[in-house]
Amino acid sequence: MAELDSTRAGFGRGLVAAGEKGKRVVALAADLVESVQMHLFAEKFPERFVEVGIAEQNLVTIASGMAHVGFIPFAGSYAAFSPGRNWEQIRTTIALNNQPVKIIGSHAGLNVGPDGATHQMLEDIALMRVMPNMVVIAPGDAIEAEKVALACAADERPNYIRLTREKSPIFSDADAPFEIGKAYVLREGRDVSIFATGTMTALALAAAEELLSQNISAEIIHVPTIKPLDADTILTSAQKTGHIITIEEHQIAGGFGSAIAELLIENNTFARNDPAKKFRRIGVDDQFGQSGTAAELLEHYGLTTENIIKIATELLK
Amino acid sequence: MTRGRTTLGTTVTSSPSQLGAIERHALCIRRNVIRMLATAGSGHPAGSLGLADVFAAMYFDILKYNPTDPNDPTRDILVLSAGHTVPAQYAALAEAGLIPEEELLTLGKFGSRLQGHPERQRLPWLETTSGPLGCGLSQAAGMAYAIKNWHSDDPASKKRYIYVITGDGELDEGNNWEALMFAAKNALGNMIAIVDRNHIQIDGTTEDVMPLEPLDDKFRAFGWHVQQIDGNNVESIIDACALARAETERPSVILAYTTPGKGVDFMEDDYKWHGKAPNAEEAKRALRMLEARDL
Repeated sequence: MAELDSTRAGFGRGLVAAGEKGKRVVALAADLVESVQMHLFAEKFPERFVEVGIAEQNLVTIASGMAHVGFIPFAGSYAAFSPGRNWEQIRTTIALNNQPVKIIGSHAGLNVGPDGATHQMLEDIALMRVMPNMVVIAPGDAIEAEKVALACAADERPNYIRLTREKSPIFSDADAPFEIGKAYVLREGRDVSIFATGTMTALALAAAEELLSQNISAEIIHVPTIKPLDADTILTSAQKTGHIITIEEHQIAGGFGSAIAELLIENNTFARNDPAKKFRRIGVDDQFGQSGTAAELLEHYGLTTENIIKIATELLK
Repeated sequence: MTRGRTTLGTTVTSSPSQLGAIERHALCIRRNVIRMLATAGSGHPAGSLGLADVFAAMYFDILKYNPTDPNDPTRDILVLSAGHTVPAQYAALAEAGLIPEEELLTLGKFGSRLQGHPERQRLPWLETTSGPLGCGLSQAAGMAYAIKNWHSDDPASKKRYIYVITGDGELDEGNNWEALMFAAKNALGNMIAIVDRNHIQIDGTTEDVMPLEPLDDKFRAFGWHVQQIDGNNVESIIDACALARAETERPSVILAYTTPGKGVDFMEDDYKWHGKAPNAEEAKRALRMLEARDL
């Protein structure tokens, strides 16, 4: 069994490291300091930590002002509230204004469990990837999330970082590379390409192992940066295997799988004269979440290793 | 290289002749606002005309800035929250020689730096991007907080002020009240808000659409230092900003009572001119009126 940790915990540690590295790094929270794991930063750098109260519109616009006078603000809340509630403020004062504010959307996806549909943000990738100037990142595990925090602190663009509450398997290590805008082939294969973002990559890796016993060779591509996409890595794999599955803990409409589909179609990877090629998105299909344990919910909505295996075998029939 | 305000203190230093010069600049701003909106065929005349005196006072007395570097790290910052009044700011920038006067007639045209609503990325003399209302106070508060707390090693930071101009109607937006609490909690004495209290918004008068009164009491209850002035009187504006700067422990608000459409009699105090540009005939009448007045 792999070691478990949450991406929010990893990011919280990474933020401390980023604060040590750069004095311009500051952090803001909206009454969810520990939930978004900013307490580590707040304890280490109390003079660079700002509490704004339950006010997400204020959170991001204050951050925009701080960026305007030279700082790199990390503004943390739940994804359901930021960017859920303050999308227009982000659009006008951060994206259009091109300020290097880092919006941390924690507790994204179904895995917040008992809190229910209101808190299970499944639309944030769609909301943020349509925004010009915005970079969108969903780290795969806690170790990668630490590196994401450091990379974002060194990036002068507006960034959205999507984090999860629940612990999930660690599949990377300290030496694994992370660069904004890069996708990583974690496992080579020839029959099907499985593109995964965020913590879904661990499920895809487990599925690949099982598929091999059924003589299906799956290539696993981890795509932590949803925008801008690493077109070369994605197209190379898609052209090699010809069959594509995407998986995300998000609505399939407008999300990560949609972004991959757009890229493949526009590059003629699915040419009309090649009907043998198949494409399937795994994600939440036009529904809200509900209360339950994370495991129950992921199973109910089909975000499991078993479902990846089932869909891969169907595709390759 | 400092322009505008050169001395700090609580007393007004402007002489009568200086005040007269600023009033003349305000009149030129009004004339150019009419020319710009008539040429563009769109825009917001009432607020732009009403704020001409505030903008003239800002660029010719109150603001400390470097005319050769909009990003000078020691400058004062003017945030325009009520982005739809930006024609008055563009005209003031031209009046101050920071952009060419000929450029004013490109307002809202394809390729122009003078977007219909202000965009910082296109014109660095603007400090923020605005138009969607209610976000200026919080951005200004972020700047004021950062300069107060994180630039404190730099002696120049003690002399920097963040001014923000908001409309009155836009105080309907909840984001403002979040910002007021934040500024008071953090004792942002380096932040000065000027509310363009002209009593109109698109759908009618502010008190009909969504009553704001008692507005001064609301600000006081939120922990702000409050002044109420005639916002079309240059001397009052300069005076009030000096008093606001002297208040170091609390953020300050100046409720500037202005006449919307000021200077053009058929526009004054009529909410229908909030967001409607004058046609050619109306512009001609307005300019005749503004040109007849010479200071």
